[in-house]
Amino acid sequence: MPEQRRLIFQHIDEPGYGNDLACYVRNGGYEVLRRAVQRKPEELIDEVKKSGLRGRGGAGFPCGVKWGLVDRKSGKPIYLVVNADESEPGTFKDRHIIHKDPHQLIEGIMITCFANNVKQAYIYIRGEFPEGARILERAIAEARAANLTGPGILGTAYGCEIYVHRGAGAYICGEETGMIESLEGKRPYPRIKPPYFPAVLGLYQCPTIVNNVETLCHVKHIVDMGGEAYSKIGTPNNTGTRILCVSGHVRRPGYYEFEVGKVTMGQLLNEVCGGPLPGRTLKAVIPGGSSAKVLKFGERFKGKRKVGGEMVDYDWGVEDIPMDFDSLGMIGSMGGSGGVIVMDDSVSMVDALANINAFYSHESCGQCTPCREGSKWMQRITARMVHGVARAEDGALLKSVADQIAGRTICAFGEACAWPTQSFVLKFPEEFKSHEEAKKKADGKAFELA
Amino acid sequence: MSINLKPETLARIDESITHYPVKRSAALPLLHLVQEDLGHVSQEAMEWIAAKLEVPPIAIYELVSFYPMFRQKPIGRRHIKVCRTLSCALSGSYRTCKEFEKHFNTYPGEISPDGEVTIEFVECLASCGTGPVVMIDEELHEKVDQARACQLAVKISAEAAARK
Repeated sequence: MPEQRRLIFQHIDEPGYGNDLACYVRNGGYEVLRRAVQRKPEELIDEVKKSGLRGRGGAGFPCGVKWGLVDRKSGKPIYLVVNADESEPGTFKDRHIIHKDPHQLIEGIMITCFANNVKQAYIYIRGEFPEGARILERAIAEARAANLTGPGILGTAYGCEIYVHRGAGAYICGEETGMIESLEGKRPYPRIKPPYFPAVLGLYQCPTIVNNVETLCHVKHIVDMGGEAYSKIGTPNNTGTRILCVSGHVRRPGYYEFEVGKVTMGQLLNEVCGGPLPGRTLKAVIPGGSSAKVLKFGERFKGKRKVGGEMVDYDWGVEDIPMDFDSLGMIGSMGGSGGVIVMDDSVSMVDALANINAFYSHESCGQCTPCREGSKWMQRITARMVHGVARAEDGALLKSVADQIAGRTICAFGEACAWPTQSFVLKFPEEFKSHEEAKKKADGKAFELA
Repeated sequence: MSINLKPETLARIDESITHYPVKRSAALPLLHLVQEDLGHVSQEAMEWIAAKLEVPPIAIYELVSFYPMFRQKPIGRRHIKVCRTLSCALSGSYRTCKEFEKHFNTYPGEISPDGEVTIEFVECLASCGTGPVVMIDEELHEKVDQARACQLAVKISAEAAARK
């Protein structure tokens, strides 16, 4: 079985490991921050650039590049917004960091703030984590009392305040510009880019860095071991470790941390997670949060890929795909937020899509017509297929709606809501064609999904 | 226009406004604090918050009407949120929700006839590996299948009976 490499989750679930400051410090906590504030901020940014760290929130954008884009000449304050709005269905890693190891996050935040000369950071935590918000507030107060945040930290002239800001149940707040609008006290309508790149015109029209919780925890480990050493973990261009969250139809769902690209989908599901439930076979898997395109067990992916500077052929089944950003992108899906949702042969793909479409139609912010209307249409069509009459041409109709959303909206939600429909219809055409007959044959044992 | 907030709520309101260089940013925190204190956000409460943050009332109303967690009407004494989204549904959350509905003789979004609960069938609660998950007030419950839902419902009813 492939070995986990626990960097972020090193202490999480360790017996006796608490979320208080004393425990964190006993385990070497805040030593990296202590050393970091003795260095030049530019050196720290350089370490992160060298590390090759890619954002763990969903887009996989290189963190060092993001920091490099920050406008440092504007004379305006620079803000850090911590994206703790973990809302992508299938993802539940940040929840555990926040609840069980909040000081690791705070140390990552403080190193990031020091490196980027940020004096004010906001942790935007989803409203459904009231306990998480309280834990973070307590941890920040502890850290502040120990001179680890607040004015003049650790005997330096540098100071930074961290505040917790609770969301209120809207998925779109996870989109970085929507999050910024929400922090400004508005509806979280995403902003159009250009000109509103957060690095230049972010919170209060000031340069702003928006980083995911897990990403910021990695920063601590990068500065600890050095960017060069960190870049040797994982695989080229897919460095470090990453937490994979597995849910759905496997024997041992849960969170597992691996070097990026060092575990395949097959190893993850069959060995680490114990394989399908008794008497079942795996049918489909969504590899990176519910908006990632679905993969069908049995399909093959062929092409050429770069290995050590050379182009080599690959011919993979779903089980062979390495769990990294580039491989999952290459085969037409994405690593996204690391949320792996598994479906076995008991699942009707029409019903599963109806479930996903209900989510996206509920969460569309309504700003762009194609998404607002299209997500509703897709939801209504799949709901009718499940609860009313399914027609043979519904698959084509669904596809035509989805095709008219993707690429026509201000933010990536358009793609996020179109990709499930496009991929489900493309890969399971028979199920969409003959859903009416399938319903008649159903024995009523499978769980309702819509 | 005045609303009846507890002194500690007022203190927390004043404190949270200091977290932001622009007052309007405190809108969501204030809405949470007011809702936690009063149970819902009335029109008077929206107007009070607007005045406090020096914005027009519509700037607050448009938040209450957008963000799913804010409500303009009271709910039952206990708030049961069952996760509806895919991973929980794959583990049976539709049956979990039905179980609560049956026990309290109510539908999602309504107050049960005894005034005890409001059930909501909500979108992803970010605990997908331990579905179906349910939040009762602020507490998360994992792996709530039908049998567990029944136990939790009985417990809520028993607590309600003990109060009477």
